[in-house]
Amino acid sequence: MAEMRVNIAGVEWKNPVTTGSGTFGFGREYSDFFDLSELGAICLKALSVKPRQGNPSPRIAETPKGILNSVGLQNPGAEAFLSTELPWLRQFDTKLIANLAGSTIEDYVQVAEMLGDSVDMFELNISCPNVKEGGMAFGTDAKMIENVTSQVKQVSKVPLIVKLSPNVTDIAEMARAAEAGGADAVSLINTLFGMRIDVKTRRPVLRNNMGGLSGPAVKPVAVRMVYQVRQAVKIPIIGMGGITTGEDAVEFMLAGANAVAVGTAGIVDPYAWIRVRNGIEQYLNENNIADVNEIVGAVQMND
Amino acid sequence: MLCELVGKRKLAEKIYDFTVQCPEMAKNARTGQFLHILCGGEAYLRRPISICDVVDKRYIRFVFEVKGVGTDALAKYELGSRLDILGPLGNGFELHPEDKNAVLLIGGGIGVFPLLFLAKQMKGRATVLLGFRNKQSVIMADEFATVSRNVFLATDDGSFGYHGFVTDVLKNILSSNPVSRIYTCGPAPMMKLVCQIAGENALPVQASLEERMGCGIGACVTCTCTVGGQRKRVCKDGPVFDGAEVEWNG
Repeated sequence: MAEMRVNIAGVEWKNPVTTGSGTFGFGREYSDFFDLSELGAICLKALSVKPRQGNPSPRIAETPKGILNSVGLQNPGAEAFLSTELPWLRQFDTKLIANLAGSTIEDYVQVAEMLGDSVDMFELNISCPNVKEGGMAFGTDAKMIENVTSQVKQVSKVPLIVKLSPNVTDIAEMARAAEAGGADAVSLINTLFGMRIDVKTRRPVLRNNMGGLSGPAVKPVAVRMVYQVRQAVKIPIIGMGGITTGEDAVEFMLAGANAVAVGTAGIVDPYAWIRVRNGIEQYLNENNIADVNEIVGAVQMND
Repeated sequence: MLCELVGKRKLAEKIYDFTVQCPEMAKNARTGQFLHILCGGEAYLRRPISICDVVDKRYIRFVFEVKGVGTDALAKYELGSRLDILGPLGNGFELHPEDKNAVLLIGGGIGVFPLLFLAKQMKGRATVLLGFRNKQSVIMADEFATVSRNVFLATDDGSFGYHGFVTDVLKNILSSNPVSRIYTCGPAPMMKLVCQIAGENALPVQASLEERMGCGIGACVTCTCTVGGQRKRVCKDGPVFDGAEVEWNG
């Protein structure tokens, strides 16, 4: 059997598969389908200082091989998470990644302080397209990325992952800014900003008009960006964007991802995470690869 | 879970009546719950479709209208096909056997389907009010008649039954009969009015909501509605809610 363990910024995951923040809630619903200890890590739904109601419905629209969402970071707030969700999550033998959301740098710093070392890693959400303030506004400007990363890093008691937005001209520049700010890893891609219009009503399908595109439709964009970021930074990469099968995950790892997140696929198939993990293992075994880390960045580019 | 399609009938233009064999799901299914079905074709997401009936504790019946790429692909399945279905999901209707007076089930259009299972569970106590656009779109009225105390029909154009809205029929009934409780499923404007009338008459009302849905199990929080000032998940906290607390859009 192939070695599946990966080390992400000093944190050992039993396998390279985690969850895309926002697609998995705090895990309770999927625990009816599989043992959450099967995952390398669980990346939890975004947490803000105060509870957030999110945007009005409709918040989801189907697209060719994908979805647009405009949930808008609905969450119970960091305090409620610590008292009601975290104790339950700790029964599982897996790493926990808290996704930090905020409207200002102070917000991000405050959530990081509130959570302390209660989880294993932080993921800094500076790439959500569905909020008016903060979110993507921070993640599309290199100086801003470096600034917010370094300020949150100063108070972080656990390794800090910075989640990058694909809605930029040069993803490598953004990744370098995160690394310069002290990020311990980067994750990418968040959703692509999109829109769908109902031709009968002449109105956008989403109540919030625009939203984030995810699912298989975005996969080639995500793979390309992971490759470009791999060339630009030394820190570990968690790759995501439309991963549905083990082979999809292998593609991301060949491009340079040290681990992968599955999100939207789980909305269609609640066992997607387990299928992807098994699929990676099967690929390794069939190709006589002893260790999953051997395929990281192993793509051979054409001349 | 893969479930074999063992019954397929076309009830009307674009309306299909499917029966799937799924003993596990049938055993657990409660009235007002739904199935989340992978339709195939160009549809990426599953489609939530309410349970119309449970037969012999082995089969689940659901009726749907072809409205888009998902239901269009679903309608093309042939007998013997195996459908990928999650379910039964959600919180359904709450039964109140203690009710002394009339219990009204009010459905509009394709919202009438989940009320059949409810009417059956009420063992002949239900008074059913069904509203349709016109005579051609009247569906399942005979089936409701065999399991209910009374069935009242209304059509928007008067081509069958009462000429007008089902909410007018509701007002007439309330003016001369003692009623204990109302259940409703149908277009949002109809349900909004039903809940309003229920409120004016201090009657408890349960409404089955619909919203564009993702995972169907409560994780992705895309199908939310506002109930009692809180965002609730239609798939997990509903689809049936206390109609008095629902904040209707528009």
